[in-house]
Amino acid sequence: MTVKHVRELDRVVIRFAGDSGDGMQLTGDRFTAETASFGNDLSTLPNFPAEIRAPAGTMPGVSSFQLHFANYDILTPGDAPDVLVAMNPAALKANLPDVPKGATIIVDTGDFTPRALKKVGWDTNPLEDTTLSAYKVHALDLSGITMEALAPFDLSRKDASRSKNMFALGLLSWMYGRSIDGTVTFLREKFASRETIRDANIAALKAGWNYGETTEDFAVSYQVKPAAMPAGTYRNITGNLALSYGLIAAARQSGLPLFLGSYPITPASDILHELSRHKRFGVRTFQAEDEVAAIGAALGASFGGALGVTTTSGPGVALKGETVGLAVSLELPLVIVDVQRGGPSTGLPTKTEQADLLQVLYGRNGESPVPVVAASSPSDCFHAAIEAVRIAVTYRTPVFLLSDGYLANGSEPWRVPDAESLPVIHPNFATELNHDDDGERDFWPYLRDPETLARPWAVPGTPGLEHRIGGIEKLDGPGTISYDPNNHERMVRLRQAKVDGVAGIGDLEVEDPSGAARLLVVGWGSTYGPIGAAVRRARKAGHNVAQAHLRHLNPMPANTGDVLRSYDRVLVPEMNLGQLALLLRGTYLVDVVGYNRVRGLPFKAEELADVIMEEVGAL
Amino acid sequence: MTAPVELGRPGLTGVPTTDAKQTKKEFTSDQEVRWCPGCGDYAVLAAVQGFLPDLGLARENIVFVSGIGCSSRFPYYMNTYGMHSIHGRAPAIATGLAASRPDLSVWVITGDGDALSIGGNHLIHALRRNVNLTILLFNNRIYGLTKGQYSPTSEQGKITKSTPMGSLEAPFNPVSLALGAEATFVARTIDSDRQHLTSVLSAAAAHRGTSLVEIYQNCNIFNDGAFEILKNRDSRDEVLIRLEHGEPVRFGADGRHGVRRNPATGSLEVCAGDDPGILVHDATADDPTQAFALSRLADPGTLARSPIGVFRRVERPAYGDLMSAQLDEAAQTQGEGDLQALLRGNDSWTVG
Ligand SMILES: Cc1ncc(C[n+]2csc(CCOP(=O)(O)OP(=O)(O)O)c2C)c(N)n1
Ligand code: SF4
Ligand SMILES: [Mg+2]
Repeated sequence: MTVKHVRELDRVVIRFAGDSGDGMQLTGDRFTAETASFGNDLSTLPNFPAEIRAPAGTMPGVSSFQLHFANYDILTPGDAPDVLVAMNPAALKANLPDVPKGATIIVDTGDFTPRALKKVGWDTNPLEDTTLSAYKVHALDLSGITMEALAPFDLSRKDASRSKNMFALGLLSWMYGRSIDGTVTFLREKFASRETIRDANIAALKAGWNYGETTEDFAVSYQVKPAAMPAGTYRNITGNLALSYGLIAAARQSGLPLFLGSYPITPASDILHELSRHKRFGVRTFQAEDEVAAIGAALGASFGGALGVTTTSGPGVALKGETVGLAVSLELPLVIVDVQRGGPSTGLPTKTEQADLLQVLYGRNGESPVPVVAASSPSDCFHAAIEAVRIAVTYRTPVFLLSDGYLANGSEPWRVPDAESLPVIHPNFATELNHDDDGERDFWPYLRDPETLARPWAVPGTPGLEHRIGGIEKLDGPGTISYDPNNHERMVRLRQAKVDGVAGIGDLEVEDPSGAARLLVVGWGSTYGPIGAAVRRARKAGHNVAQAHLRHLNPMPANTGDVLRSYDRVLVPEMNLGQLALLLRGTYLVDVVGYNRVRGLPFKAEELADVIMEEVGAL
Repeated sequence: MTAPVELGRPGLTGVPTTDAKQTKKEFTSDQEVRWCPGCGDYAVLAAVQGFLPDLGLARENIVFVSGIGCSSRFPYYMNTYGMHSIHGRAPAIATGLAASRPDLSVWVITGDGDALSIGGNHLIHALRRNVNLTILLFNNRIYGLTKGQYSPTSEQGKITKSTPMGSLEAPFNPVSLALGAEATFVARTIDSDRQHLTSVLSAAAAHRGTSLVEIYQNCNIFNDGAFEILKNRDSRDEVLIRLEHGEPVRFGADGRHGVRRNPATGSLEVCAGDDPGILVHDATADDPTQAFALSRLADPGTLARSPIGVFRRVERPAYGDLMSAQLDEAAQTQGEGDLQALLRGNDSWTVG
């Protein structure tokens, strides 16, 4: 047996890539789970085609999963892979441009036939020419070795070769000192009813591990020690899961039953799927006939005293617009979750973007102010959801909660909060008559709380408070129909003032360890991680840079203008063509500069760091 | 008043009742009614306000939800809970309300444009799901509120502001549509026949699941006389077919006409009132074929031979009840939700 060396690293980026049918997402998920419980900090980026099974072996059919893990706290899934695992020629070709010279490529040669190569436009075999000469290449017949390892099982060649992803997972687990026990348990449960498949997958996984251990091809394995993290219970969590849990938690914290109306759309559907599994928490989920019905049902449930929520992506938000306007007029609590994706139109269903900000703020008729909350990381979706519910219930208003494709599917370790420590939300239902009409008590559905300007929420079933509300303009106070010009102006301004006055959103906090930065980088939503990583790089290179991140896009924190004005230069990186920048310029008259990319992928830290250093240099 | 077949009132099970004597006045809100003088909507409003006290429900547990249109102003005039929503969406909004609040009696008020144009999708899906709602579809065969354009129930060739040379479209028959959409309760009545209207409303409220009631309603401003042949003393007996469950289908003076099935084609046809093969109406038949065939008797243009009454009344579990049952089952088999355990999950680890 060869002597194996163990080399220590502080961080690694691995990308698994293969056909959509090769199980790369599962492979990535399992490696992530083992890495999380090992104690590394991590961040993931799944990237898959919109088609369920694009033609096998083609570039559009390639699915990948990138994982960044480290012995310190990290903020992004990594700019470029240190290790690429490519399961076929298409996966190699599609991902090669992202792999820096000197990186490791583990490639399954099983499918490198002239025909397969031709399919992706390679006339010669890249394993035999100079295409890969700048990389450390491990060319292995993963399919063949897997089939050999599974010879004792009564499986067709096709079925046996399906387990090659588990072989690859075993090999990579050996290379990075990850346990495979959790995956063995996982496979036992997943294939409990199909014994042969279960045992074959477990055998393939172990064979992969042993292959690394025994063959000379792999002389070195690597160690990435656990990251120092604050004490607590941790789990790994994706944005969509965290968001679902946030809604369940908020329902409990407000004492309101959760009602979700939704119509399936990528990348939001998983929230519908997840919430449908939690009926024991009293969660009602309604898969509607379209997005209009989905939000309508949620609003109807809110009228009845439930926590009405609807989940969708950009195209669905476009359809829901009129009902959001109705909710603004009815002044009922409602949460609209927009998991943004590339647009316009169908756009890039499985890729990320943050180009719906102006749509959610302004995409309705009339003056129709709606608070907007944006999550900044996968686990932050939990707290952002609770915050959106707090505002919706306290102020009797629809609230947009923005996530995006990167947050939805990306994951990171999350310190599980103590459920008892979560904020309590008070619905304060109206139960009493609230107005004196010449000695006679009556109920005014639009009599506002002087502090919050919120109206009373009187739900059907409350005796004596019967009332009618609708989308027609209402008389301030009694809530009856009114076409009076001055009343309309008053109501428009009151609704605006209510949203402008949302309290408890805190100040915009600036992070500037030097205290001497002249450049401020401002972001919102999922760019938090990449901006943070880029700012760190710039600081490491000796530059002073300040960073601030907006969670509340409407209203913005009261000190936002002061913060912006106190820097010589404000840089706003966004995955759109400058939507927040437009708002900041228009609202605060500050000449911010944008850095804008819309590639369907999160920013790379290196690229952003270069932009930041250029801006600092220009000062 | 013809009492509805005594069914009990499963449609209202779970809605709190009151022993206090209720009056029509209690169900009348303080809002001034703003329909045109002579509009058929007044008669329907009066009938509903007059009939609701018979149900003896706690007034605060009744909700009227409407869309947009003249008819959709209805909730403002009811002293119950109410929502005047947006065009076409009332069935969807009411679905969320009814599914999450089994203790409410939920009514939907809609027009022919509201329910069958912009809201057609929501209507058919509410019917298919069998949400516990009573839908009153005010069919005046015109867009009233927007001042007189043709609607999806207008007869082909209708001259309106938007169709100066006549409309090109074949109309929907709302009863046929509802039957095709898997409705469990479908009825038709007329604004001017208070007694019939009340009996149909009563049967609709008693039904558990979605009840669709099409109400022929006169818009005296933009489509006056649309139902005149069905209302006029001189013509009505010859063209209006009153359906009674369990009774032979007869119409005309002294029941001189009847309806029977043509043995060769299987379709329905008019026959003599004493024809031995005369059809006996069975609203509870599982198979909707006969109800559908009855709905096709009406001439799509003139509405001659329009049946009124309950076409179909069958039992199928209501959507909200099924939803509640799943929630109960989940809580029973898995135990009530434990938030901390949910957040922790199965793959957690501890640091420090
Ligand atoms: C989204 C939207 N589109 C159009 C309208 C204009 N509109 C209001 S009512 C109506 C038609 C109403 O017809 P119907 O439902 O038959 O009601 P009626 O007035 O006849 O009772 C239209 C087109 C609207 N209010 N909202
Ligand atoms: S326009 Fe027609 S439907 Fe509308 S209120 Fe007047 S009469 Fe009634
Ligand atoms: Mg109409």
